[in-house]
Amino acid sequence: MHLDHAVTYPHRHTHSAAPRRADGSRRALRIGLGGPVGSGKTATVAALCRALRAEYSMAVVTNDIYTREDAEFLLREAVLPPERIAAVETGACPHTAIRDDISANLEAVEELEDAFREQAPLDLVLVESGGDNLTATFSRGLVDAQIFVIDVAGGDDIPRKGGPGVTTADLLVVNKTDLAPYVGSDLDRMARDAAEQRAGLPVVFQSLREEDGVHTVARWVRERIAAWVAA
Amino acid sequence: MSRAALLVLADGRFPAGGHAHSGGAEAAVRAGRIHDAASLEAFCRGRLHTAGLVAAGLAAAAALGLDSVELDAAADARTPSPALRAAARRLGRQLLRAARATWPAPELEALAAAFPRGAHQPVVLGVTARAAGLQPLDAAHVAAYESVGGPATATVRLLGLDPFEASGVLARLAPVLDAVAEEAAAAALAARRDGPTALPAASSPLLDISAEAHASWPVRLFAS
Repeated sequence: MHLDHAVTYPHRHTHSAAPRRADGSRRALRIGLGGPVGSGKTATVAALCRALRAEYSMAVVTNDIYTREDAEFLLREAVLPPERIAAVETGACPHTAIRDDISANLEAVEELEDAFREQAPLDLVLVESGGDNLTATFSRGLVDAQIFVIDVAGGDDIPRKGGPGVTTADLLVVNKTDLAPYVGSDLDRMARDAAEQRAGLPVVFQSLREEDGVHTVARWVRERIAAWVAA
Repeated sequence: MSRAALLVLADGRFPAGGHAHSGGAEAAVRAGRIHDAASLEAFCRGRLHTAGLVAAGLAAAAALGLDSVELDAAADARTPSPALRAAARRLGRQLLRAARATWPAPELEALAAAFPRGAHQPVVLGVTARAAGLQPLDAAHVAAYESVGGPATATVRLLGLDPFEASGVLARLAPVLDAVAEEAAAAALAARRDGPTALPAASSPLLDISAEAHASWPVRLFAS
């Protein structure tokens, strides 16, 4: 009964990952933020929203592991209006949802893009992963660039240990530098180890306790958007 | 038919969103109805004969080439829980995305155009099987297997159940799973003659009720 296709039907990709949509418009730049539990992903997303929301039409997708905690934090902090924040449920496997089976995240990203297409098309979508381990990275089918967030309190040997997040992310953020003296972390050593692991890819040390602590990461995002739009 | 295409479609790693759904297992674990391998097996057996059989019938009928709009309406009629309808359409959208990228075919494009908000997952599964060169009975097998494979995997994560015990449960269900798939494929042939009313309409009220309750939980691991 089935159809055998004599002519090969044109192959397409994920019906979303292409930089231009069917109508020719350039879709929003998608940046993933991953990293271990408690390293400050949500705080970095909140700070980026505050820093960039006046310049860009932006939205956030969160991947909470078992609650809507991260989405609700962003709502409570009112960093963006609620219609610009979507939560994806991950079935106890946060890395699966951002790497092996990205379908739910792509759905969420596209729904946000569709919702704002008429009034103010999105320039930027931040996809925050659920807190995971050092091997969790985003699929290139889901994001155009990724930021890996670790913190000094998680141990200053993490850059040396490497792993896909630390070595391959487009930007490595070492967060909570204000805590370094209290937890005995050697920032110079972390910087040396990170440089060795990352073959020239950038590393940012930040403390969100400081006034405009997210400014370096925000500048990196601005540069990525400029390059995306110009491409 | 291609037996290898069937393996690709039935593989739990096929990226169609199923990993985030427990098939009712999360609610059943919380209620204490699933607590070990024996109770998982009982749960899966019940789901296979109800939700599994219904999904397998719809999938076989779609693979046979029956009208997908009529089949989607038949799926709605067999899914009283709004939470489960929403989950089925969402999973249908996710499967369709994966299917269009994996087995590009005009009938998948037509399905996407007809259902911008997603068709019920078993209907999409059947059309996907057809596009992959599979038979209605193959589609029924995949749907029936998914109806128990999802809860079994979820229970491993939720209870820390020994994964070997979970795979043993699935193996013991294999003969009855074959029978359910045969029944579904026969019903699909009857539906071609008599319309979608000939498709199985077994219901499981407790799955429907607990799905509604589960959808309202503030803290949960799975989307359904």
